[in-house]
Amino acid sequence: MFRLEARTSTPAWFNLALPLVAIAVALVLCSGLIAVAGAGVIEAYGVMLSASLGDSYAITETLVRAAPMIFTGLAVAIAFRAKFWNIGAEGQLLAGAVASCLVGAIPMPGYLAMLLMAVVGAAAGALIALVPATLRVKFKVDDVVSSLLLNSVIYYALMALIEGPWKDTFSGYPISPPIEDSANFPVLIEGTRLHIGVVVALIAAPVCWFLIARTTLGFRIRVTGENPEAARYGGINVERVLLSTALLSGALAGLAGVGEVGGVHFQVMSDISPGYGYSGIVVAMLARLNPLGVVPAAIFLAAVMTGAEAMSRATGVPAFLSEVIQGTALLAMLVALLFTAYRIRRVGAPA
Amino acid sequence: MSAVFEQIFQVGFLAAIIRIATPLAFATLGEMFSERAGVLNLGIEGIMLLAAMAGFTAASLSGSLWLGVLVAVLVGAAMGALHALFTVALGLSQHVCGIGVTLFCSGLAYFLYRLIFGQQSVPPSIKGFQPAPIPLLSEIPILGPAVFNQFTLVYLAIIAVPLAAFVLYRTPWGLSVRMVGENPRAADSAGVSVIATRFQAVILGGALMGFGGAFLTMAQFNAFTFGVVSGRGWVAIALVVFGRWDPWRSAGAALLFACVDALQLRMQASGLGHIPYEAFLMLPFIFTIVAMAFMSRNAVAPSALLKPFRREER
Repeated sequence: MFRLEARTSTPAWFNLALPLVAIAVALVLCSGLIAVAGAGVIEAYGVMLSASLGDSYAITETLVRAAPMIFTGLAVAIAFRAKFWNIGAEGQLLAGAVASCLVGAIPMPGYLAMLLMAVVGAAAGALIALVPATLRVKFKVDDVVSSLLLNSVIYYALMALIEGPWKDTFSGYPISPPIEDSANFPVLIEGTRLHIGVVVALIAAPVCWFLIARTTLGFRIRVTGENPEAARYGGINVERVLLSTALLSGALAGLAGVGEVGGVHFQVMSDISPGYGYSGIVVAMLARLNPLGVVPAAIFLAAVMTGAEAMSRATGVPAFLSEVIQGTALLAMLVALLFTAYRIRRVGAPA
Repeated sequence: MSAVFEQIFQVGFLAAIIRIATPLAFATLGEMFSERAGVLNLGIEGIMLLAAMAGFTAASLSGSLWLGVLVAVLVGAAMGALHALFTVALGLSQHVCGIGVTLFCSGLAYFLYRLIFGQQSVPPSIKGFQPAPIPLLSEIPILGPAVFNQFTLVYLAIIAVPLAAFVLYRTPWGLSVRMVGENPRAADSAGVSVIATRFQAVILGGALMGFGGAFLTMAQFNAFTFGVVSGRGWVAIALVVFGRWDPWRSAGAALLFACVDALQLRMQASGLGHIPYEAFLMLPFIFTIVAMAFMSRNAVAPSALLKPFRREER
């Protein structure tokens, strides 16, 4: 027989090993689906790898896709640190996209437009995240449920906008008017889509790490998450910390939407986010809620997404495989996390 | 003339409420059983979607709708077992596992659907369930055509409510479920297997979610689309809170939500054409959030909800 035994400490190399093991397990499990679809497993994963990281253009595309997931991953990681269960990053991203699109369509100098887009988009995301946090603090409403339901509300609000007042009167397409050309985020490498927002995302991760690990607010967020009673006893206003966490988390998710509008699509449409908000949860868990780990985790998911599309074109395996990989990786990571708190011991074995 | 029109309007409206409430009632009862045993199942959205897809596929390939329902229910139960494996056997975070199960199930549903049916401009449809009027009862004015001229699955949902109440409050197993949800330590001392009971409750819950998914693709829409569940699972979780973890109240909550949804559909159809219909789709969700704000203060969740049970840790 085997049993779980509590660990007193966790070796440091676990932080790196666990996500890698989880990812490997997910890829092995999902290779069954590739086989079911009638393609060669090695060939399919080979196409995924070369299409996502095989050459410099592919790498820039993967980075462009990773940027929104770095932001939503950070949003979820910070929220979960305080045990504010923000499952609403998807809605907050959409709110950020809509708000920044409204601002970006106003003619003004480019740099001012970009700055305002970021500020307004972050504010929109923060406001949306404030709703489940306020409901939890004031009315004891479960934040998971309210933030999930809010995603639907925001999605339909966005749809109503692009099917209603925003609808393109010439083409009849349900898309918003484009933002001003001057508000388009500058591209860093000619001939690619690598925009300045990607760099901002890459900088945001260490900034968030510093905030969580080295500042008073970060300390309060951690204590509130780990032991709210102790936090309260220590004079921390837990309710206020939860609300601040929500603002911060929502603002980060909102920035994900800003980047998509300013750097990738230059307008808003119904499928502006293929579930980046939910992917943020996977990213945050793979990163073990460490902001620095969010970057490689987001790049991994982005590589899976861009790779899956190429794999689908080359082998006919549906690109939805990337979503199965995400779900499996999340579950595998959760199981792997058991080994940080427990170790497996044989019991009843002959001495 | 206008009286006749009004009656048709009312009957149609009542019938619509019952139809909208059916998948929600199944899902809400399923989530309630799971939570009464102490396990929050956020996998519900994905479980309903995968069950809806599996049931639709089975029905469309075999030509048998009831085989489709069976497959949907079995898939729901299997995914319930998966969630229980992570949350009950391994004691992992119920929040995050649920999201993982939803991501996994929806990804799998989309993947398999695309694999089996390919990419088609018009989604393939089946001839779904037809209304099965109950003799005599269906002739009662207004109530008859609205309630007793429905799909067989609707009758099953109506029967499921008192049945769930009976099982939960009047059977030894129901007592075990409530015990492991309120005080697993005491249940364990009384000789109730906490792990086994929780597994059973989450699996039963998954099966009920499977019924909900089956209704969507085989009675309500007769086709599978990627948005076929579109938040109904999340709503069911809210309805369980709103229904205070009680079968009767939960079913009532599902009816109330269906009322708002049916009203919203009427508003879409009425003269408010200049407002995009998506604006109305928001209403039931906003209503649910507001309702939760009013209800949650006094809501008493099962004490052991979200708490994993490990026998050796005392």
